Amino acid sequence: MGMTTTQKIMAAHAGLDQVHVGDLVLANVDLVLGNDITAPVAIKEFAKIGAAQVFDRDKVVLVPDHFTPNKDIQSAEHCKLMREFACKMQITNYFEIGEMGIEHVIIPEKGLAAAGELIVGADSHTCTYGALGAVSTGVGSTDMAFAMATGRLWFKVPAAIKFTLLGAPAQWVSGKDLILHIIGLIGVDGALYKSMEFTGPGVASLSVDDRLTVANMAIEAGAKNGIFPVDEACRRYLDEHAQRPYTAYAADADAEYDEEYTIDLATLRPTVSFPHLPENARTIDAVGEVAIDQVVIGSCTNGRMEDLRVAAGLLKGRKVKKGVRLIVIPGSQRIYLEAMREGLLETFVEAGAAVSTPTCGPCLGGHMGILAKGERCVSTTNRNFVGRMGDVESEVYLASPAVAAASAVCGRICGPDQLV
Amino acid sequence: MKARGYVHKYGDNVDTDVIIPARHLNTSDPEHLAAHCMEDIDAGFVGRVQPGDIMVGQKNFGCGSSREHAPLAIKTAGISAVIAESFARIFYRNSINIGLPILECAPAAAAIKAGDEVEVDFSTGTIRDLTTGASFEAKAFPEFLQGIIADGGLVNYAKRTMD
Repeated sequence: MGMTTTQKIMAAHAGLDQVHVGDLVLANVDLVLGNDITAPVAIKEFAKIGAAQVFDRDKVVLVPDHFTPNKDIQSAEHCKLMREFACKMQITNYFEIGEMGIEHVIIPEKGLAAAGELIVGADSHTCTYGALGAVSTGVGSTDMAFAMATGRLWFKVPAAIKFTLLGAPAQWVSGKDLILHIIGLIGVDGALYKSMEFTGPGVASLSVDDRLTVANMAIEAGAKNGIFPVDEACRRYLDEHAQRPYTAYAADADAEYDEEYTIDLATLRPTVSFPHLPENARTIDAVGEVAIDQVVIGSCTNGRMEDLRVAAGLLKGRKVKKGVRLIVIPGSQRIYLEAMREGLLETFVEAGAAVSTPTCGPCLGGHMGILAKGERCVSTTNRNFVGRMGDVESEVYLASPAVAAASAVCGRICGPDQLV
Repeated sequence: MKARGYVHKYGDNVDTDVIIPARHLNTSDPEHLAAHCMEDIDAGFVGRVQPGDIMVGQKNFGCGSSREHAPLAIKTAGISAVIAESFARIFYRNSINIGLPILECAPAAAAIKAGDEVEVDFSTGTIRDLTTGASFEAKAFPEFLQGIIADGGLVNYAKRTMD
C-alpha cells in the first residue's frame, strides 16, 4: 500500500520499510528544540531521567525567544537555567540575545532543518519546517527531555489530508491568506492528529517564506504537521542554507488520504480571522467596520523578509493613523540587519511604528505590546484565543502583513487596495 | 484504579492559553500554575474545585500551545481525570507523559452535566454518572501508551528502557 510523504519519512526514521496509519513507532529524530518557556521544564525532567549527556550536542537547539530580552526576574531565572544547561552540555546551537531570533525563523535561516528530516520541538509551531519537506511537529517538555536523552521519540503514524493547489495568488494575497482560508474551511480541529500535505502546480507560485507561514499554522487546524514538496524553490533555499545533505521524499501515487481539497489560489482574497478562533475567517470584503487600537507585524508566522518588505512597501510615505500603535518585530538578527540595509526600518520609524528586537513577545501576551480591556489588535501572529494578547476582553484579528500595514494606516481593518 | 468526583464542564476548543495564560508562564511551579488554572474562562474554578473532581470538555480539548504547564495546572488543581470528545494531540501526549488521566468519550462528554458526580474506572475505561445512573465506555489506550502510563509517565519509561 502506498504511503504519504509524512509516512515515508517516519518509516525511514523508525527503520521500517512500511508504516500504516495508527501504528505507534519509536523513531530517531534529527533535531530537538526548546525555548525559554518549555526548555526549563524539560531540563528538570532530563535530570530526572538521569542521562549524563544529551544524545548529540549538535542536534539540540535552545533559543531564548518568548520572554526575552528578559521581561522580569522570573523569566531571567528561566533563561539563566537554560543558558547554564547549554553551557554544561556544550550545546552547539544555543543562540543568545544578540545572535538569536524567533526559533522558527532562525532554524531554517541557519540551515538547521532540511528535507527528509524528522524534527521535534517543545513549541507547537515547530511544524513550520514542513515548508522545507521535513516532518516537523510540536511536543511537550517531557517529550523534549526524552528526545534530548535518547535521540528518539514515540509517534503515532498519522492519516493525511491532501491539499492540491492550483493557479497563483493575486496581488496582496499571501501564504497567510491561504492558511487562514484553509482553517476557515476545515476548522480548528479539521486536521486533528493528521498531516496536511500540500501539492499541485500552485505550490510553485508560493515563495519559501509563504510556505513557512502556511506550514507554521498547520497546528491551528489541529494537524500533527504540514508538509510541502521539495521543488526547485525549496532546493534553491536548502542549497543556500542547509548544513547537512538532505533527502527529498514524495508521496506514492497510491497513497491514501482521508480527505482531498483542491484550492485555486487565484480565487483567494485577503483574509482575516475574527476573535476568538483562527477558524473565524472572513475575506476582507466581509469584514465591515472594525476600528483598531494596535497592529503587530512579526512572529514565527510572519516575521520574515518578504513580510517586512510588503509592509514597508505599503507604509512608505504614509503615516500610522493617530491613536493606533504599530509594532514591527523582525524575526531574526539577520532579518533585522537586512531590513536596516534595505531601508525598511527607516520606513517603519518614519511611518510612526515602534521597531523591536526579535522576540515572540506580544503574540502570546508576554510583553512588548499587551492589550488593555476592550482593545482591538490586527496581528500577523497565529492565535486569537481569549486573552491571548492581554486582557480577556481584548480582541485579536489575524491577518497578513499587507492587511496589517494597510489597517495601521486606516485605523480600521482594511485591505491594501483601500489605501489612497 | 478509580477516580471519583464532581464535574466541571466546558465547551469545544478549550485552548491551553485559557487553561493557563502565558502571563503565568514565567514560572513552572505547579502550585502557582494551579492557582491560576482556567481563570480566563472560569474565574470561579480555582475556588470551587475539590481534590478528585473531574473535568469534562467537548471537541479539541487542549488546543493551541504545547505548554506542558496546562495539564500540570489541571492535575495540580486536584482534577483526577479529564473526559472529552477529542483532545488536541500535543495536550494528549503531555497528559500521558505527566500522568494526568484523560479519556476520549463523545457520549459521556455530551451527556454528563456540570456538578454531576462521576466515577471513572481506568482499568476498564468505564465512566459512570452516579447522579443520573448513565454508564459510558471510553476508547482504550493503545498498548504502547498503556505501558508508559503503567510506568508512571515518560520519564520512568525512559529510565527503565535506557538501562
